[in-house]
Amino acid sequence: MKVNRSIKDINEKIKTGQVVVLTAEEVIGVVEEKGLEEAAATVDVVTTGTFGPMCSSGVFLNLGHSQPRIKLNEAFLNGVPAYAGIAAVDLYLGATALPPADPANRNHPGDFVYGGGHVIEDLVAGKEVRLDATSYGTDCYPLKKIETSFRLAEINEATLYNPRNAYQNYNVAVNLGQKTIYTYMGILKPDTGNANYSSAGQLSPLFNDPLLKTIGIGTRIFLGGGVGYVAWHGTQHNPSVVRGDNGIPKGPAGTLAVVGDLKQMKPRWLRGLSFLGYGATLQVGLGIPIPILNEEMMGYCAVRDEEIYAPVVDYNRSYPHREAGNLGLVNYRELKSGLITVEGKKVPTASLSSYAGAREIAESLKEWIESGQFMLSEPAAPLPSVEAGINLNVMPQRDTKEQEGL
Amino acid sequence: MVKQKIVLRFPPHIVEQPTIYHLIKDFDLMVNILRADINPKKEGRLMMELSGSEKNYQRALEWLKDQGLQIMNLEQQIIWRSDRCTHCGACTVICPTEALLFDRPEMTVRFEEDKCIVCELCLRACPARAMETLVENANFQ
Repeated sequence: MKVNRSIKDINEKIKTGQVVVLTAEEVIGVVEEKGLEEAAATVDVVTTGTFGPMCSSGVFLNLGHSQPRIKLNEAFLNGVPAYAGIAAVDLYLGATALPPADPANRNHPGDFVYGGGHVIEDLVAGKEVRLDATSYGTDCYPLKKIETSFRLAEINEATLYNPRNAYQNYNVAVNLGQKTIYTYMGILKPDTGNANYSSAGQLSPLFNDPLLKTIGIGTRIFLGGGVGYVAWHGTQHNPSVVRGDNGIPKGPAGTLAVVGDLKQMKPRWLRGLSFLGYGATLQVGLGIPIPILNEEMMGYCAVRDEEIYAPVVDYNRSYPHREAGNLGLVNYRELKSGLITVEGKKVPTASLSSYAGAREIAESLKEWIESGQFMLSEPAAPLPSVEAGINLNVMPQRDTKEQEGL
Repeated sequence: MVKQKIVLRFPPHIVEQPTIYHLIKDFDLMVNILRADINPKKEGRLMMELSGSEKNYQRALEWLKDQGLQIMNLEQQIIWRSDRCTHCGACTVICPTEALLFDRPEMTVRFEEDKCIVCELCLRACPARAMETLVENANFQ
């Protein structure tokens, strides 16, 4: 390879304002026109983006100590329960948490108008959030009940920590059944009435570094409109999925755990969502810069929608019952055209992930890097990739009654 | 010729009157009913497209008002909050009339009010809840 560039070299160029940054969408044409070698020689960084629902998201909060002190035992933020099983005034609020009073699916399909994701959006928007909490009281933490309100700016820490974001590829959901179903992939009309997908395709971070050659622990990223970092590989990280010659997995594969300071983030990029009949969640804006270290990385970043395939899965029977198999593969160019063919039938498609949002994120990250306010970071350690040989486990379901001799 | 989509609201005391019959017989209008419902308060809501001569259409509107019906424009019944919309596109496969559509290659959602038939499916299909309806419609949901 003729191009051999380090992250340090790139950062020097960022400092002197000479860095060349393109989005993962823009770079496709450049590589087509100039070829890999020349493109790699010219472009230093490619920016990516994704803006989709990411259920495994949440925020650690430290509210500061009350007078007298309280060790929070049960806590609710705007009625939504937060996990208090950590230190006295620390909480973790998850995106899918629901108020105990929410009717959920008792009147199916439930609306799930307000959950953890919405509280996070309200916090980032600077709105006052109500705290209702109780405790059992101790010698050091005597207070047993507190009702108050606070704003994000008034508390100590608010650290967004999302255990699983930025899924590398995802299922295309359809419904082979005879009744409408309500899923985390949206409303699926009967008899394969629509096909819903959820990835930015060619702009999506992990499609531009499919083997995780540059993204590692400590990689600095765009997170929720602020600066964040890759903390770890995400839960359910599965790099062992079957891949094409281009390294792109043909189904849901890698994931990232990400972390960042909620106080710098923007409500525009952290949006509470309500999925009819399913639940509440958070739409997260996330973007990762890919350093063009050599022609190989340039090749990965030139990936086009038509080279990325996703499996069509039946969410009426196959997905909920964990039955193997799918209804074939389609590529993101077909998906984004608005119409795919599933078993000979033309099916309209819709996305749950905002491609326009992904584009805007990649553009913002590009501007941050060009203006010198965002430097690339050297990963502290790599993330497990294909060679890790990870096998995704399923839940052990033992007969506990038998074990107890009942 | 006039072709107009309107919403009629019936107070409880006239909800059982054959209003549409009169629109056809007395005013020679073509009626295409899009949606009709009655709420628990016995108020009626009728969404339809009326077409006919300008003169007959105007006379019919006067007559409807005299009967105590409230007439509203069908557009503006459903509001697209563009500030809330994240442009995912989930609504576009649920909307039956393509009033909500996806522009390519911009990959953004657009709302064409004149195609809307106020089926209200988008209200709950939108994860970001960017679709809203008039407060007056609450009793019909």
